[in-house]
Amino acid sequence: MAVDTTEAEAARQAMGGIGVSLPRKEDARFIHGQGHYVDDVVLPGMLHMVVVRSPHAHARIRGIDTSAAMAIPGVIAVVTGELLAQHKLAWMPTLSGDTQAVLATDKVRFQGQEVACVIAETKYIAEDAAALVSVDYEPLQAVTTPQQALAAGAPVIRDEKEGQTDNKIYHWEAGDAAATDAAFARAAKVVKLSTYYPRCHPSPLETCGCVADLDPVTGNATIYMTSQAPHAHRTLFAIVAGLPEEKIRIISPDLGGGFGNKVPIYPGYVVATAASLLIGRPVKWIEDRTENLISTGFARDYYMDGEMAIDEDGKFIGLRAHLLSDNGAFFADAQPSKFKAGLFHIVTGSYDIPAAHIVADGAYTNKAPGGVAYRCSFRVTEASYLIERLVENIAVELGEDPVTTRLNNFIQPEAFPYHSASGFEYDSGDYPAAMKVALDMLGYDELRKEQAEKRAKGELMGIGVASFTEVVGAGKGKDYDIAGLRMFDSAELRVHPTGKAILKLGVKSQGQGHETTFAQIVAEELGIPASDIEVREGDTDNTPFGLGTYASRSTPVGGAATAMVARKLRDKGKLIAAHLFEADVADIEFDHGKYIVKGSPDNVKTIQDIAFAAYTNLPEGLEAGLEGVTYYDPPNMTFPFGTYMVVVDIDKGTGQVKVRRMVAVDDCGVRINPMIVEGQIHGGLTEGFGIAFMELITFDDEGNCIGSNFMDYLIPTAWETPRFELGETVTPSPHHPIGAKGVGESATVGSPAAFVNAVIDALSHLGITNIDMPVTSDKVWAALRSKGVTE
Amino acid sequence: MKITVNMNGAERSAEAEPRTLLVDFIRTKLGMTGTHIGCDTSNCGACTVLLDGRPVKSCTVLAVQVEGKNITTVEGLAKGGKLHPIQEGFHAEHGLQCGFCTPGMMLVGAALIEANPHPTEDEIRWGISGNICRCTGYMNIVKAIQHAAAANAAENIAGVA
Amino acid sequence: MFPAAFDYIAPGALDEVLSLLSQHGDDAKVLAGGQSLIPLLKLRFASPVIVIDIGRVDGLEGIRQENGHVRIGARTRHRDVESATDLRGTLDVLLDAAPLISDPLIRNMGTVGGSICHADPAGDWGAVMLAVGAEFVVRSSGGERVLPAVGFFEGPFTTGLHADEVMTEIRIPVGAGRSGGTYLKLERKVGDFASVATAVHVVLGGDGRISSAGIGLCAVGAQSIKATAAEAALVGQTPSDAVIAEAARLAGAAAEPKADIRGSAEYKRDVARVFVQRGLHTAINRAQGATA
Ligand SMILES: Cc1cc2nc3c(=O)[nH]c(=O)nc-3n(C[C@H](O)[C@H](O)[C@H](O)COP(=O)(O)OP(=O)(O)OC[C@H]3O[C@@H](n4cnc5c(N)ncnc54)[C@H](O)[C@@H]3O)c2cc1C
Ligand code: FES
Ligand code: FES
Repeated sequence: MAVDTTEAEAARQAMGGIGVSLPRKEDARFIHGQGHYVDDVVLPGMLHMVVVRSPHAHARIRGIDTSAAMAIPGVIAVVTGELLAQHKLAWMPTLSGDTQAVLATDKVRFQGQEVACVIAETKYIAEDAAALVSVDYEPLQAVTTPQQALAAGAPVIRDEKEGQTDNKIYHWEAGDAAATDAAFARAAKVVKLSTYYPRCHPSPLETCGCVADLDPVTGNATIYMTSQAPHAHRTLFAIVAGLPEEKIRIISPDLGGGFGNKVPIYPGYVVATAASLLIGRPVKWIEDRTENLISTGFARDYYMDGEMAIDEDGKFIGLRAHLLSDNGAFFADAQPSKFKAGLFHIVTGSYDIPAAHIVADGAYTNKAPGGVAYRCSFRVTEASYLIERLVENIAVELGEDPVTTRLNNFIQPEAFPYHSASGFEYDSGDYPAAMKVALDMLGYDELRKEQAEKRAKGELMGIGVASFTEVVGAGKGKDYDIAGLRMFDSAELRVHPTGKAILKLGVKSQGQGHETTFAQIVAEELGIPASDIEVREGDTDNTPFGLGTYASRSTPVGGAATAMVARKLRDKGKLIAAHLFEADVADIEFDHGKYIVKGSPDNVKTIQDIAFAAYTNLPEGLEAGLEGVTYYDPPNMTFPFGTYMVVVDIDKGTGQVKVRRMVAVDDCGVRINPMIVEGQIHGGLTEGFGIAFMELITFDDEGNCIGSNFMDYLIPTAWETPRFELGETVTPSPHHPIGAKGVGESATVGSPAAFVNAVIDALSHLGITNIDMPVTSDKVWAALRSKGVTE
Repeated sequence: MKITVNMNGAERSAEAEPRTLLVDFIRTKLGMTGTHIGCDTSNCGACTVLLDGRPVKSCTVLAVQVEGKNITTVEGLAKGGKLHPIQEGFHAEHGLQCGFCTPGMMLVGAALIEANPHPTEDEIRWGISGNICRCTGYMNIVKAIQHAAAANAAENIAGVA
Repeated sequence: MFPAAFDYIAPGALDEVLSLLSQHGDDAKVLAGGQSLIPLLKLRFASPVIVIDIGRVDGLEGIRQENGHVRIGARTRHRDVESATDLRGTLDVLLDAAPLISDPLIRNMGTVGGSICHADPAGDWGAVMLAVGAEFVVRSSGGERVLPAVGFFEGPFTTGLHADEVMTEIRIPVGAGRSGGTYLKLERKVGDFASVATAVHVVLGGDGRISSAGIGLCAVGAQSIKATAAEAALVGQTPSDAVIAEAARLAGAAAEPKADIRGSAEYKRDVARVFVQRGLHTAINRAQGATA
């Protein structure tokens, strides 16, 4: 029988299952200005909190005088560390098992550290009063790099920690040192690269904040907060603040972006909660942009040395990576607890490298804590940058086209599942295929010709390539946990009698479109149109426990949970269908929302019929209802990959780099909503572009933060941002129920190296082999000048 | 002091100190939360409103300055239950993700096509360069504004015919 | 971030503004477009007792050409200069500079006079005004003064304007001869202040020689700089690559940049040179293409 394709297609679109670019269900409230963000929460009697912060990077606190602030009409309280200490709240645990000051008592350890909080009737009054809190500081020598921190005689930053006599945080190794040494011993060539991945910041457009509402009578604590992981935060709140967990309700409303910034627990949340408890009124704290940039979770700040052993045939035979991590004043990286440098050991990337050894050291400095994964799966970005930059330099060194070097060393498609030398099992991949699509889209050979012509005329043009492999979707829970909480995730699906459904998730969207994508998974699995499925997230009272959204784990883990719970209900539906058909369950077939008895396709019960029957007409002995919960513990992580290519032109007179083209070929497995996937890629590429060329948080010798507002922390506008050309290949994940891999971060992981490689490709013939990010015009100019090139 | 403005076509007043920023006046005194705050240094445009039809950063305007003037916020875009073409465009082209920049972007886009009904991609990118979006990479915002411009043009042609 | 409390008044007449200013002196701040003052108030770098808004005073806006001058009302918005396309050919440098100031939204509010009075060494109008030889008309209750742009910018955020004065107009002489100009700005992104910018304005005589030349440098010193030696090296010369290169070298030498996050002093000086060189080529080409 010939299928009417147009009719089938129309039905598919109407259903909104997997592969349909369904316009987003959540858009309506946002385009009407009815999004509901934390700062939009207004409660009766609500007070406002403003944080007083340290102007010094390192100083002893001699005293704090709050009397002038308290004298301002409308000021209710000024909270200091001393007051918190009386309630055992002056310090809190971090996500990496360290401690962090909530409000400083003994010393301040970074510029912008929280010292006191003013609580007043309005935010204007609170700010007036905050300006009058007078703190007596005795400045100490500031330590602003990990190299300084580890040098002999450096001031000990964490002198309050028992047994801490230096600034070391951790030493961590992965891979096989002996095998790697052996590879280097027999290498025909060794190529090295030292590079610094600078400190940058996720800075979502909405800053962090909360409204804490503690009812002194009932003891109920409702906390509206900017949280990417509300359930984990509830548990941590219970532990930090000693509140009974069943009384805590975390509501993470609409989030104005997150990108990792809203994973940690910040002092402001804790003080606002404590203040609400002590005062008995709701307390709102919304940080301003400067506070966001100087005190909340930064990213990267890794000094990396990589070296590759290469044999006579140009094959990679061994990789060494050493990294020195600047973690700031408190070790507050948000990452799986067994992995001190996150998943950095994915550093072997897309290449078949038989031996690898990774050594990582972390150090305290007088800088803000954080180490969050800015649109990144736990340090994968740094790893991908190191290997892809190193491969570029290897190509230069070998005198090869960088594409050739990559093709020669890729893990081959038939080698999957592939065991990497550093301990990962890559689930699937086809790297040459993605490379080929990118080459064709770009018109690579033509551009190489153009480059040669330009070079002959003294013009500078470069083509950058990066073929990244990511690792996302942590767990499995046995190996991966955050603060002890295993990294599974959850979905609860309730199909109502009328056949409409509600899906509740443990993850939390920050703009990724969960309300649409997850409805589409259910639509695909159960045949209920996506438009009939409401997705709920972010309220701990009303969603199942999950670890939250970061590290591209929503689709790999939350998405898998959704598919699995839908399948559970589908199977229960078969029991009900068998009852209605008076047939044997083994004879019931299910296809896109329709149950039939094998061999009689005309007699159909729809999923809606079944849902109704689940509440009205059940077989004997079967529990009523069509509802279920699944906690999904992934058997492995997923490994999205892709090839990115960038073309740049460089102005010799000013050093300005103009990105002419950017081709991005991504393989994230099955694409649930291609439109949303592409939107994620656009966003990630833009953040990668920003990191490569302009985003930077740096410090002067006294530890003053440079990059503390949007005048100095530069975020690309539409004018600078390249126009992206997207391509795809599809290699489904074999272990994921719907073959999806997660895509939220690939573009930020893969693109910085492509951008920088393009610049190096334009300059390498002059002998320039590295410029650290951000690649600003003055650095390019200085590099050119050092080779005698001027206009 | 009492401040009165023409807000989305209706007169609205509230008491506020002279130092009150227009964005706070709109959000806290008038209770309209579609206008957002994303920075302290007038860089992001999350607070964009139209002042007598032109986009400005309401975090860098005092409420007292606009006494008696016309302000349009995102809440004023849809008329009589009908979406403004720019709203249609943002939805159809996936011009928003987290939605935080969206009110500002839509207002800038609406003013842009009002002044220049057939903008080029460069003109659109230049026109929205005072507004930061951290999520979308701007590709679909450009498309959304083009979508709205095309819808306007189609409507005008239909109107003429 | 919010301003500290202040009083506010928005007089309808200039005389009222002037008498309030003489009454309050340093305690008062004039508010024009607010695009520099309000950010300063929010940071509490400025805490005036009273803010005097000149936004409701008539007659401070608009661009007119008369008596050999282009007259720009002090409260004319950046965007109104941007769209004053009839300046093309006479004052190219203004038209090129206007769209490069901050971003489209700030340009809808910010004013030319406010920018000049604010005297940010990285403000764009200062260098432009030096290049075109502008004069500033300022008024106090005591009367009117006309101050040449040369000498007006005394240092970072300091000018020859007295605390009781308001700038009312900018006057730019437009003489005979074919003129051309341009403004080149190195910025890290839209909305950024200049890392380096240069304003160039040349007039060619009937003989094709350069009859006058103005070069202003932005963001490479404690205030906007007029590159007088470079200008002098151009006047009377027939344009050539060598003449231009020498003038550009002198302009670079006139820069007094400081190293910062945007680059080394050496870098900024060299970009100033490169920009003046490119700018002079454009300006001269435009002047040569123009019909006098
Ligand atoms: C994000 C951002 C980016 C910017 N980027 C740039 C840029 O790239 N280039 C650039 O040049 N500028 C830039 N600016 C500044 C902008 O151009 C301002 O508009 C301008 O500097 C000040 O003009 P205003 O009318 O807003 O003045 P206001 O802010 O109102 O006033 C500024 C100062 O001048 C005084 N003043 C104003 N008018 C008068 C008058 N008529 N008589 C006497 N005193 C007066 C005020 O008292 C105040 O001290 C930027 C501003 C922002 C917020
Ligand atoms: S809040 Fe960022 S520009 Fe107004
Ligand atoms: S959609 Fe999130 S900032 Fe634009």
